[in-house]
Amino acid sequence: MNVKQQDKLATGILYTIAGIIILVLASLLAFILIQGLPHVTWHFLTAPARSFEAGGGIGIQLFNSFYLLVLAMLISVPLSLGAGIYLSEYAKKNWLTSLIRTSIEILSSLPSVVVGLFGFLIFVIQFKFGFSILSGALVLTVFNLPLLTRNVEESLASISSMQREAGLALGLSRWETVMRIIVPEALPGITTGMILGAGRVFGEAAALIYTAGQSAPALDFTNWNPFYIASPLNPMRPAETLAVHIWKINSEGIMPDAVAVSAGASAVLIVAVLLFNLGARWFGQHLYQKMTGTGKKGA
Amino acid sequence: MVAEKIITSKDVHLYYGEREALKGIDLDFMTHEITALIGPSGSGKSTYLRLLNRMNDLIPNIRITGDIRLHGQDIYAPETDIVQLRKEVGMVFQQPNPFPFSIYENVIYGLRLAGEKNKAVLDEVVESSLKAAAVWEETKDVLHQSALSLSGGQQQRVCIARVLAVKPAVILLDEPTSALDPISSSKIEQMLVNLKDTYTIIMVTHNMQQAARASDRTAFFLDGQLIEYSETAKFFTAPDKKESEDYISGRFG
Repeated sequence: MNVKQQDKLATGILYTIAGIIILVLASLLAFILIQGLPHVTWHFLTAPARSFEAGGGIGIQLFNSFYLLVLAMLISVPLSLGAGIYLSEYAKKNWLTSLIRTSIEILSSLPSVVVGLFGFLIFVIQFKFGFSILSGALVLTVFNLPLLTRNVEESLASISSMQREAGLALGLSRWETVMRIIVPEALPGITTGMILGAGRVFGEAAALIYTAGQSAPALDFTNWNPFYIASPLNPMRPAETLAVHIWKINSEGIMPDAVAVSAGASAVLIVAVLLFNLGARWFGQHLYQKMTGTGKKGA
Repeated sequence: MVAEKIITSKDVHLYYGEREALKGIDLDFMTHEITALIGPSGSGKSTYLRLLNRMNDLIPNIRITGDIRLHGQDIYAPETDIVQLRKEVGMVFQQPNPFPFSIYENVIYGLRLAGEKNKAVLDEVVESSLKAAAVWEETKDVLHQSALSLSGGQQQRVCIARVLAVKPAVILLDEPTSALDPISSSKIEQMLVNLKDTYTIIMVTHNMQQAARASDRTAFFLDGQLIEYSETAKFFTAPDKKESEDYISGRFG
């Protein structure tokens, strides 16, 4: 076999592998959407779930998912920004910072069930937060922080050191250089990573089963006082999310239309995650183009 | 104009770990002159230049001894404000490195961060700095476009304008034209000559014609030592040292 033939063969094999991957993904996606989308109606998206009869919706779970996501991001975005900036811009290379990096790597590869059980012991039991949105948001932070931190650190590290020199040589302090030049330049990458992280959090179930709980008490959407027990904003109430709901009705659902609800909820979940991903790409590119006035950079 | 010394340096040594990169440099710079630092790669000229605004400070395992003064003040004294020093001693780098913001923002970035908010003042600074950097005509209609959309030569001149806007006393240039085409280079060279009435300019260059054309004094570095420092005309026609003559005539380096 000569070089040309080898090249053709290798290319063919690579195409086949890529094709298989795409086929698996596409058929999964198509299956979920075809099974689920017919059940998705406005009523389904807004009505509360029912336990014993058909016709329930996923309204509260959907709201819980978004509320939990917002709270989790409120906690984890500033923390990951701080940690990422420290690691990329300030940390000296020594045993301590390499220990931090290793810990972050290990933390990011922990199975989410383990993170969930850890959260159960610490936040639910020890801190007495109970099964609550707060416990859920904190555990999602633990789950998400390593990846977000890595993302921030890598986005900052990809900015040329010439930009740092330019800032310093202009008489900016190190802090000003980081905050006013390096972080803005890295913003497209950071934002993309944050949105992707949000998508991952949105679809997370295992870490939430033992922390945010598996029940979705009825909410009073007319009272937004966070201290009122049935208020949607109350962070101390248990909150079953969409992903947890799917898991639960498939393991112990007793409503007669459990299969349909599960299919519909899955379709909604996957569409939401898809939107997060597409949104991240679009937003990152848009931001980069707006800042540089140049063509595209890989998202 | 009576030339006076603006920067003085005495017995400056610099060590990267064990390696001695500068071996006792005595070098003084006159106000309103262009001084060219020349020498082969690795001779220490860029390292020396970066001492003058303390850009080497970030490099780990570095040790600096000796005495460097700006306006008679020891710039390595503990009480020196590095940020203030770098406003006095601006720097332009080899690769054009504009920020990924608009041309306008690039020029006023230092001022804006220093707290200047008056738009009339900022507009004036943008225009005068870009004019002084000989890039106003090309950019006046596109001030709010990204600086990255300009050509390399234009970017470098915007970077020079950015330094001018801070109104330093001294401008350091580290091979400012080596990444540019000959036309852009000669524009920048001409511009530097026009700037020396206002600023003191110290420039590292690999281009000997550039040093000969544009500079008033030339300092020749070799292997971490200052071999010869004299007026440019004299240096290129009748150098004192054999090494200088060898370098000028291209026998090494």
